Amino acid sequence: MTSSNLVYLIALPLFSSALLMLLGRKADKWGHIFATLIAASTFFIGVSEFLAMRDRAVEMRAVTQKLFTWISVGDLQVDAGLLLDQLSISFVLLITGVGTLIHIYSIAYMSHDRDRRRFFSYLNLFIAAMLLLVLGDSYLSLYVGWEGVGLASYLLIGFWNQKPEYATAAKKAFVMNRVGDFGLSIAIMIAFATFGSVSFSGIEEKVGGASETAVTAMGLMLLLAATGKSAQFPLQAWLGDAMAGPTPVSALIHAATMVTAGVYLITRSNFVFDAAPNAQLAVVIIGVITLLFGAIIGTAKDDIKKALAASTMSQIGYMILATGFGPAGYAFAIMHLLTHGFFKAGMFLGAGSVMHGMNDEVNMRRYGGLAKYMPITAITFGLGYLAIIGVPPFAGFYSKDKIIETAFNAGGVQGVIFGGAALLGAIITAFYMTRVMLLTFFGNKRWAEGTHPHESPVLMWAPMAVLAVGSVASGYLLCSGKAFVTWLAPVVDKHKHEHVEFLPPIVVSILAVTAVIIGVSIALLKYRGEQSSEAPNDVSIFTRAARRDLLQDDANEFMFMRPGQKLTQTLLATDEKVIDGAVRGVGATMLGSARGMRKLQSGYVRNYALLILIGALLILGTIWVVTI
Amino acid sequence: MNPTNYLYLSALLFSIGAVGVIIRRNAIVVFMCIELMLNAANLAFVTFARMNGNLEGQVIAFFTMVVAACEVVVGLAIIVSIYRSRRSASVDDASLLSR
Repeated sequence: MTSSNLVYLIALPLFSSALLMLLGRKADKWGHIFATLIAASTFFIGVSEFLAMRDRAVEMRAVTQKLFTWISVGDLQVDAGLLLDQLSISFVLLITGVGTLIHIYSIAYMSHDRDRRRFFSYLNLFIAAMLLLVLGDSYLSLYVGWEGVGLASYLLIGFWNQKPEYATAAKKAFVMNRVGDFGLSIAIMIAFATFGSVSFSGIEEKVGGASETAVTAMGLMLLLAATGKSAQFPLQAWLGDAMAGPTPVSALIHAATMVTAGVYLITRSNFVFDAAPNAQLAVVIIGVITLLFGAIIGTAKDDIKKALAASTMSQIGYMILATGFGPAGYAFAIMHLLTHGFFKAGMFLGAGSVMHGMNDEVNMRRYGGLAKYMPITAITFGLGYLAIIGVPPFAGFYSKDKIIETAFNAGGVQGVIFGGAALLGAIITAFYMTRVMLLTFFGNKRWAEGTHPHESPVLMWAPMAVLAVGSVASGYLLCSGKAFVTWLAPVVDKHKHEHVEFLPPIVVSILAVTAVIIGVSIALLKYRGEQSSEAPNDVSIFTRAARRDLLQDDANEFMFMRPGQKLTQTLLATDEKVIDGAVRGVGATMLGSARGMRKLQSGYVRNYALLILIGALLILGTIWVVTI
Repeated sequence: MNPTNYLYLSALLFSIGAVGVIIRRNAIVVFMCIELMLNAANLAFVTFARMNGNLEGQVIAFFTMVVAACEVVVGLAIIVSIYRSRRSASVDDASLLSR
């Protein structure tokens, strides 16, 4: 089925972004409202498309729109087209819905910033790029959106680029993302070389006839792309620093939407991964490593936003883990992605609200006892907290529980290892999130002097409240009667796989809840009562390592930055000494010899005459010598 | 008389001319030395013609005279114009090209 409305989803925010940038300060008065209305209108388009899609028969649900013939060179024929199917619409609703809420929140949050209009222009640019990413019907269109969200992310992380460290954080995020983007471009090249097509449908048709090596290579490259965008091991180091951006950005881009693009990519490429078991295994391993990695970092962070960022990394690890299990896991990955979008965005907005009331303090050791002063923030944050650690019946319980179950169902030793790791991750998650809760909202007051915490204005707490409702209800709604799994099945599970059960679901649920209880209990024991406002220094080597992000920056510096600098220095020296030396040497030789030759040109006629004479005599002498 | 002596004379005249061109400064003298060298060459040509018993050398001597006449015309004109512009007939003063 075709539709002509899809393009407006992308065109509206793109137009608004360009308009606000071009008008400059003239739009300062109404720019934020305009951008918010545009975001809301994309949400309404999304909702109406969703309602229309729901009313159609299952086979008719996907909607396409061909825009124009983009590239037509030899065998390569790429149409710029949009595809809205069950998977895309889930993302469209998340992006536009959470996006609109965060636009509303930002009106208040950024009200004191003189560049608020520019901020909203970037936000709209992000919405447009992210929608293009999820609506593109080929890897090439996806790639354009992929780069677009990278650009928007860069611009927004470095929004306060007057601080050099923030600008550096933006650069770091951009460079590390580029590494992943490189993987995506290679994957597209492999796709063209192997299948002669870069569209999803074209590749899906031919994937059965391709060699497994090529498909595995493409899968691994797609995984590399996903690790870059979704901050997964080994390209995870940028996410913590990305918290330099304004908090709404962290909520929208670095928690709810952009960082989950990797999960979308893998789910969208399900036909590739289903044909490449080795690539799938790699996906699972990366997911497990990251979910533990992020969780461990999260236990040691005192900066509330960095703790949440580590948690985001860990939760996306869960999603990546689920996608690695193939058709059994895709729906659960996307389900966790959606619930995570609600509760993590809500918690980030809560963190922003706390910072708003605490003079932009981010150190949790300087908080404490805020529940009394910010009741709405505390409640909405608390609901998000209950959702993320997986307390039934909140959203995270349903989605995370399903992922753990899927991991156990992988069967054999693998299933036990992966399921066990996911359970361990759940314990650590419960621990560090309880820690965040206790340090921020309970216990003794450890505020800096002159701090007067107060509840945020309604424009800020209303979006938090909506997201909190989502954190409570979304899990049950998506999960009841396998609603979401059935909804997504035509995209990710066409062949109706039989899912084996290793452990009965109820056992997994009990295990998961036990994990939560263990994690919360440890945190309660450790962080109950009075806390110091300074981080303790006499800590074990493990805490030290976690505080240093498990040496991720040191590893990158040692393995890539230093050798890279050495290489560039060597190349520079080679350029200066060898290449420039040769060029300058030629010049100097010519100049020197010319200086010597010039002495011969005295300008006196008799000198020339003498030279001619000597020359003639030499020639004669030579002839004389030769003839006898 | 042995024709070789003419050749010695020719060589002597040529050498005098060459040395004159190199060491004298007055353009007129240099010019005369060049004439001397040309005539030394003429003498050699004629001598060789006599020794070999044919006329080719003598013919070439005539050509040389014609060329010398032309050269005198042009050369004297140059010397006169240099003298007019620089008030000197010294060849060393006319060394503008080296500067």
